[in-house]
Amino acid sequence: MATPFEELQASASKRWTELTTGENAWIRVGGGTSGQAVGADRVFDAFTVAVESSGAKARVSMVSALGLMYLEPMVDVLMPNGTRIYYGNVKPDEVEDIVDRHVKNGRPLLDRAFAYSGGDGSTTGDLQPLESMPMVALQQRIATRNFGDTDPLDLLQYIANGGYAALNRALTEMTPEQIVEEVKAAGLRGRGGAAFPAGLKWSFLAPSTAPVKYVLCNCEEGDPGAFNDKGIIENDPHTLVEGLIINGYATRSTHGYIFIRQGHEIPINAARKAIEAAYEAGLLGKNILGTDFSFEMEVSLTGDSYVAGEETALMEAIEGKRSTPRFKPPFPAAAGLWQKPTNINNVKTLAYVPELVRNGSAWFKSIGTETTSGTAIVCLSGHIKYPGMYEVPMGMTIRDVLEKIGGGVSEGERIKVLQAGGPLNGLLGEDAFDTMIDFDAMSAAGASIGSGGIIVGNETTNVVDLLRTLIAFNQFESCGKCFPCRLGNTHMLEILDRMCQNKARSADLSLLQRVGTSMKAGSLCGHGQLGFNPIASALKYFGAEIDASIAGELELGGVFSDGTMILPSRTRP
Amino acid sequence: MTTADTKQSTSLREQIRKALSSQRQPTVTVLSSLLAVQDSIHYLPDEAIKETANFCGSTTNEVWSVASFYTNFRFTPPGEKTLDICWGPSCHILGAQQILNAVHREIGLTEEGESPDGKVTLKYNTCLGACAQGPCIAIDHHLIGKQTPESAARIVRELRG
Ligand SMILES: Cc1cc2nc3c(=O)[nH]c(=O)nc-3n(C[C@H](O)[C@H](O)[C@H](O)COP(=O)(O)O)c2cc1C
Ligand code: FES
Repeated sequence: MATPFEELQASASKRWTELTTGENAWIRVGGGTSGQAVGADRVFDAFTVAVESSGAKARVSMVSALGLMYLEPMVDVLMPNGTRIYYGNVKPDEVEDIVDRHVKNGRPLLDRAFAYSGGDGSTTGDLQPLESMPMVALQQRIATRNFGDTDPLDLLQYIANGGYAALNRALTEMTPEQIVEEVKAAGLRGRGGAAFPAGLKWSFLAPSTAPVKYVLCNCEEGDPGAFNDKGIIENDPHTLVEGLIINGYATRSTHGYIFIRQGHEIPINAARKAIEAAYEAGLLGKNILGTDFSFEMEVSLTGDSYVAGEETALMEAIEGKRSTPRFKPPFPAAAGLWQKPTNINNVKTLAYVPELVRNGSAWFKSIGTETTSGTAIVCLSGHIKYPGMYEVPMGMTIRDVLEKIGGGVSEGERIKVLQAGGPLNGLLGEDAFDTMIDFDAMSAAGASIGSGGIIVGNETTNVVDLLRTLIAFNQFESCGKCFPCRLGNTHMLEILDRMCQNKARSADLSLLQRVGTSMKAGSLCGHGQLGFNPIASALKYFGAEIDASIAGELELGGVFSDGTMILPSRTRP
Repeated sequence: MTTADTKQSTSLREQIRKALSSQRQPTVTVLSSLLAVQDSIHYLPDEAIKETANFCGSTTNEVWSVASFYTNFRFTPPGEKTLDICWGPSCHILGAQQILNAVHREIGLTEEGESPDGKVTLKYNTCLGACAQGPCIAIDHHLIGKQTPESAARIVRELRG
């Protein structure tokens, strides 16, 4: 007799065969927050209308985004001959043409397409294979393996591509202890910023025999410039749901929460739909896949607060209170959410878990560097030719990411500054570009992979002004609990504002340093402790520019010319 | 209070109660309740604080402490549409300030708030989450990327009809 999972797999493979073979073409429009911000939803609607009115034999789906965001809205057409052809920057008014010539008459618009994959190459002319593009070839996609291929809201498409096999294996062939050992052996380190070994963290929670235990997934993702956590949830929510269930089993926990900031409708909706579908398929709830393991899961929304991403503040928010950090100890594994034993991991950390369990720890450990195994999911934005979300093996240099994947800046320009890892981390100058992306190498360079966001600034970027924006963010987002953080950030912002207006005083630099020292010593959580990082790193890489601004000789040009700054009027009381 | 006012506040109260009791997720808290009410009526009037306290068995003081902490909550009715402008560092270096200046000029504001005709509420956002398409703005949470001062001003004009 077939097991419950084999039955799911059978329906999944039937569904996938229907979608990818037979006489219908499959038109996939890449969706997600980024795609929709440039009109992917309108392109999807246009395809739906065009297919219907032309009677073309095709299915149209909104699928996950491939991550090559500079090409969005992106569309690909899989023809019955097995060839997929990719179109970038598609406008709604081109859609009729694509449907008519390509889908109906089998003649792809080769001058409009940018790549192909699959098939025998007989209809693709001079197009490059997708896999040969450096921004695809240099990636190693684990957490993002399904991006561009599947409909994130269709559980069966996830299962058809290997999904939930790891959960099935875990529940039927492995003990919780074995899974914790696997995660330890894989060397998986947390991707939420602190790089703490995930297996070790799980081993703190596992032994407790408390009747209620929680595993939390942190998708607060307040770092500007980072969109990979929401990216994973909206593009492949089941990889996270599966990872969190495995986390629950490995630690013998009873409840999981996916914690997301309100207002981000696309990822919130994807997470909710995925959980619902998992319940319906018997992958959540009582006796999962017919085993004795039971586990509940829900989405918890937070209001706007950056500090809510800090793990103890996050628990306050789930409990419905102000998200201010707690004193530690007790640590979450002893007394966390509602004082029950609790584990917290970032989205990316958990999204690796299914593939890690499916392929084994040795496989995961073989990717990346000695001290940081696996991949980095990099979000490139700012002055870069090819912005997007790219999953690369740890150990690649920043320069390779910027130049080979990101395409550098425009002709004749130079990259001057990077903001890597969010506003509690640093600015990097050119001297640091040959640093490997790896937790230890990056922190030695005074930066962090942190959330994976890399914001690129070209030569026109004013470092002092950029610094002011980061400090303004930190000031605005201080929860106010610790006065060195609350007042220190306000004080630093005043000084930076003076520096940006060439009104600095000679003592301002040492004042900044003193304030930074107090914040580090006197704050409960990383928000205050790390708040001086941007300034420290700017002093390291851009000392001359800082000195010039203290001397009143800062040159403000381009987008920075008016010397003003956006700052919300509302602060926390 | 006129009869019309009483009637209006009764229906407001009913809407609040409905929002509170139709929360579907298993874990219901003060924060989830406030989010549900603001989703339904777009701001938190005094009645919302009192009803939430009743509903959650907590005090108005406690509810206020939560409502005043999270910066997405507001206490007066917003305009018909809410326009968010991103000032995150990625959008910032791509010219967010110029976009904001253009929007300010078009709306006749110098900070966050409501346009005089009540059509638009202007808010600043620390990162809308589509940094690769910056500079970004959003209308009622729907993101629009690749903005210029001109395109943003045009969007404001369209919103104001
Ligand atoms: C102010 C502040 C904000 C944080 N925000 C986040 C966040 O948005 N997402 C996240 O995963 N971790 C965030 N963290 C780190 C968490 O406290 C925690 O270390 C992390 O979620 C643990 O997951 P990991 O072990 O998988 O990395 C933040 C920390 C601080 C101090
Ligand atoms: S910084 Fe503007 S969308 Fe992220």
